[in-house]
Parts: sequence; C-alpha cells; structure tokens
Amino acid sequence: MSLVASLIAGLIFGIGLIISGMVNPAKVQNFLDLFGTWDPSLAFVMGGAIAVGLPGFWLLGKWSKPLFTEAFQWPTRTDFDSKLIVGSAIFGVGWGLGGLCPGPAVTALSIGSSGVLVFVPAMLVGMWATKLVK
Amino acid sequence: MTTEFTPLLSLTGGALIGISAVLLMATNGRIAGISGIVSKILPPHADRGGLFQSLVFILGLLLAAPLYKLVTSQAAEQTMAASTVILIFAGLLVGFGSVLGGGCTSGHGVCGLSRLSQRSMVATGTFMVTAFITVYFLRHVLGATS
Repeated sequence: MSLVASLIAGLIFGIGLIISGMVNPAKVQNFLDLFGTWDPSLAFVMGGAIAVGLPGFWLLGKWSKPLFTEAFQWPTRTDFDSKLIVGSAIFGVGWGLGGLCPGPAVTALSIGSSGVLVFVPAMLVGMWATKLVK
Repeated sequence: MTTEFTPLLSLTGGALIGISAVLLMATNGRIAGISGIVSKILPPHADRGGLFQSLVFILGLLLAAPLYKLVTSQAAEQTMAASTVILIFAGLLVGFGSVLGGGCTSGHGVCGLSRLSQRSMVATGTFMVTAFITVYFLRHVLGATS
C-alpha cells in the first residue's frame, strides 16, 4: 500500500506542477523577472500549496504514526549551517539560469523536450557528486 | 517573451502539490522534497525502502504529463529560453545546490514553509533572492532575450 500511495502522490504532484505552469521555464523565469516581463503566477502556486500544507501538516503533527509505515520522518534539524545557505544560494542561481527546479525537470522528462533531456542528466551528476562529498 | 498570468490555474496546481505533500506524509511519513527523493535513487543507497518509495514516486511524476495529455488532449506548455550549455551548467548547479542545502522548491519551499521550519524559511529566502538576481543579471545586464 505504501508504494501505491507514493505512486499516487507522485502523480498528483506532477499534475499540480503541469497545471500550475511550473514545468514551463519561460513562466518560471518571468516570475523571477521583477523588472521585466513579470508574471506573478508562481506566487499563487506557492500560496495554493501552503494553504493546503499548513493545516495539513499541523493536523498530521497530532497523529501518532502514518497510515502505512511505522513512524513519521519529520525533519529534525534546527541549526543554520553554511551548507544550508551556500547550497540554497547555488540552487537559486541554477534555477534562475534554466528556469527549472528538480520536480518540474523530472516531470517534464516525459514531455521530452531536448532542453530537459540535457538538464536532468547534469542535475543527477550534480546531486550524485554532492552526495559523495557531503 | 511574456507568459499569461494564470492565478486560478496556478492556485489549483499549487493546491494539488500541497495535497500530494500532505498525502505522502500521512501515508508514508515522508517529506515530498523532490531533490531528496531524486537523490535517493543515486548511489550510495542508504536505505532500500527509501529507494523503492522514491522510484515509485518518480514514476508517478513521469506519468503526469501523459495523463494530462490524455485528459486535456493538449501537451503541457513548455518554452525553454536557455541554450544547451547554459542548461547543463544550470542542471549541475541545481543538483549540487539542492543536495548541499538539503532541499529545493518543494522540500524547503512547500513542505518546509508549511511546517513553519525556520531552516526552510532561510533556505527559501536565500534561493529566491539568488534566483531573482540571476534572472536580473541574465536579462537586464547581459541582455539575454527570453
């Protein structure tokens, strides 16, 4: 059951990314272009996600365990280290340059545009290398 | 190039992303952070259970576009401005930065902000600012056409 739940969650996530416009790099970059062809749509994506996530996670915080596994794997770290800041800063530069972040990039693989087909392997190399040195 | 302002579609899509994140936590107790999920399928594998969960979640992501096309009979809109070289560079930075920083737009942005995590607020603030600066530099200093 837990694998079925993961599959459905992935599917809903991907549909959400497509409907919201996140898989379109032009739309992402226009959101990031405050002084040019600004498209505020992506603020609504974040707004919609948090409007559901905020009460949802709050409720789950009261549950003793998830439905199909033994324990919640809530993130536990509360410190602010340089990896958090430097990593996030570098991620933002890459996101701005390509207009793609990991979710939309993977989802867009099955749309099959040539740009995503070079972006995703590069992203995997970056992730793998970081995993090795981290 | 301008893109159409789509508040309702974006709000709906965002709500679906939120539903997915809450669903994954409610059923499997896991954060729907895509950089975390994707990096789990790469070696070295820490836990087998996590590997299969991640593979199946990614399969779900990959099925989304075909399903969308089947239902709406139109392909998801995608316009890519960056050149191949830039996209490779961008991909490396996104992969490196998201794993080093412990999350991306979904893990820190959606899930972290929804959990009111201060770490995620700092991370999201940081990558938003560098992304805004990058696009400003790209379009208004270097003069890249979009």
